Amino acid sequence: MNPRNAAWAIGLVALIALPFVYREPYHLHILVLILIWSFAYTAWSIMGRFGLVSLGHGGFMGVGAYVTALLWNHLGVSPWIGIPISMVAAGMLALVVAYPCFRFRITGHYFVLVTLALSGIVLQVITATRDHTGGSLGYTPNRAPSGHGLMALQFDSKTTWYLIALGVWVFGLLIWRWVDRSMSRYAMEAISEDEDAAAAAGVNVTAEKLKITLISALMTALAGALYCQYQMFISPDTVSGIAVSLQMVFAVIVGGLYVSLGPTVGAVITILLAEVLRIKFGTNAVGWDNLVYGVMLVVFIIFLPKGILGSILDRLKTQPKKA
Amino acid sequence: MLTVEGLVKRFGGFTAVNNVSFRVEQGEILGLIGPNGSGKSTIFNMLSGTLIPTAGSILFNGAEIAGHAPHRIINSGIGRTFQIPRPFHRLSIFENVALAGYYGQGRHSRAKADEAAERALHMVGLPTNRHAGVDGLGAAGLKKLELAKALATGPKLLLADESLGGLDEHEMDQAADMLRKIRDELGITIIWVEHIMGVLMRVVDRVMVLDHGEKISEGLPSAVASDPRVIEVYLGADADSSQAAAAEARRKAGV
Repeated sequence: MNPRNAAWAIGLVALIALPFVYREPYHLHILVLILIWSFAYTAWSIMGRFGLVSLGHGGFMGVGAYVTALLWNHLGVSPWIGIPISMVAAGMLALVVAYPCFRFRITGHYFVLVTLALSGIVLQVITATRDHTGGSLGYTPNRAPSGHGLMALQFDSKTTWYLIALGVWVFGLLIWRWVDRSMSRYAMEAISEDEDAAAAAGVNVTAEKLKITLISALMTALAGALYCQYQMFISPDTVSGIAVSLQMVFAVIVGGLYVSLGPTVGAVITILLAEVLRIKFGTNAVGWDNLVYGVMLVVFIIFLPKGILGSILDRLKTQPKKA
Repeated sequence: MLTVEGLVKRFGGFTAVNNVSFRVEQGEILGLIGPNGSGKSTIFNMLSGTLIPTAGSILFNGAEIAGHAPHRIINSGIGRTFQIPRPFHRLSIFENVALAGYYGQGRHSRAKADEAAERALHMVGLPTNRHAGVDGLGAAGLKKLELAKALATGPKLLLADESLGGLDEHEMDQAADMLRKIRDELGITIIWVEHIMGVLMRVVDRVMVLDHGEKISEGLPSAVASDPRVIEVYLGADADSSQAAAAEARRKAGV
């Protein structure tokens, strides 16, 4: 086993062991949030790293969360089935929006604008159908009768949630790595530079872009559904809309767009920042985190475009080895 | 191998290619020349699927390919290079070519793609080292990479958009010899686009001359070089100088 894999294995074992030795619920709660959001940010970065900047991922997350919760409350469909359905719904939404974009070469800023509209539309649909979704007041999945927690994917134990979130997070990293090592990465790098030249190398540009978008959307919907099951409360502000989409972009750019753990670092920073502001300043600081995000985003794009982790890893790599 | 009938491309009111027909036989090198803006690259872009023809038919080995998506055309056995090299800077030289080897041949396997990349790089004379970056290549190196990418897609017909501007005389000769070697050793049929006549005439079997989107001459290099219409297009209608130029062109063509 090479040292790199060994480090991963040790880190993973430590993370699995953590909730059994450390039981402070608030800290575990923060960790669960960090893991779920890390997974969502990783999902975003899977397409974002190839220049497919989406501001529509809030929409996919919203679909994941709301479809799962609505199916449970209205039809009694277990989240075990509801989550896959919500992912399929988000995937279909992604294809409907992305196919025309890719087919007709809507790229760069124009693609960002189309996805921005997607976020807005999902938010509007949720608020407009307030009789069913609770609108901007939010929505709570019905509590399962005791003893049916597993079927309803509802757990009181923070440890259980921590382990679920950890598993999903690792799953996200594995997908990231799988894409990173696949031929699709070459194809997507090529497409992001020059679509005509990529096509001349035989790459089906539309299909490759759709594939990566679909993977990203499915993962994001899963993140939304899990967030819903964990928090047992969702509102358009927390799992949908433009603010959530922007938060994803911000976190990934701050953490590092081109390294597997970059989005995770971004999640740690954004969530700690939001919590610190909330605890220190309470309701006086409502919205401050967004202000700080905005300023930091500009600073990072100018000075550290590879993000915190990306820049650190670069520095380590280029440092001359001492004899 | 390739039969083009009545090919037309209009951009709004401007007709870039007007009713051009030609055939390419298995194993030949066809030169396609003409002044800037005569429609050479537009024809290439239609043959390779980058542009959709306004009218006309393109039969490749008997199958209609006009208007097909570029990747389908590439997969069916046509490879192309771009006039201005378009390498992928975020990939290494090897990865650039391996990408073409993987997707250009309908996704066989990673191993076969690597193999195709090695063969292609070897053929054009670039290092097969896996990590060398694209940014170290000069103009001649980028042309070679462009060619290696096209070769890695496993073409039966190569569309070489080889404007040799930017290369010195020695490099031009090398590039011309390379195309002949590709035909001779790999049996690949080639259409070679160029706007300088000299080097091209030495290598090609037949030449087709375009002007303002229309075919004005076609035939053996020697015959085309002395065709008054070609001389007029290239050098203006002044009789004395055009005769001298024709003699010069014949001399360069080695006939």
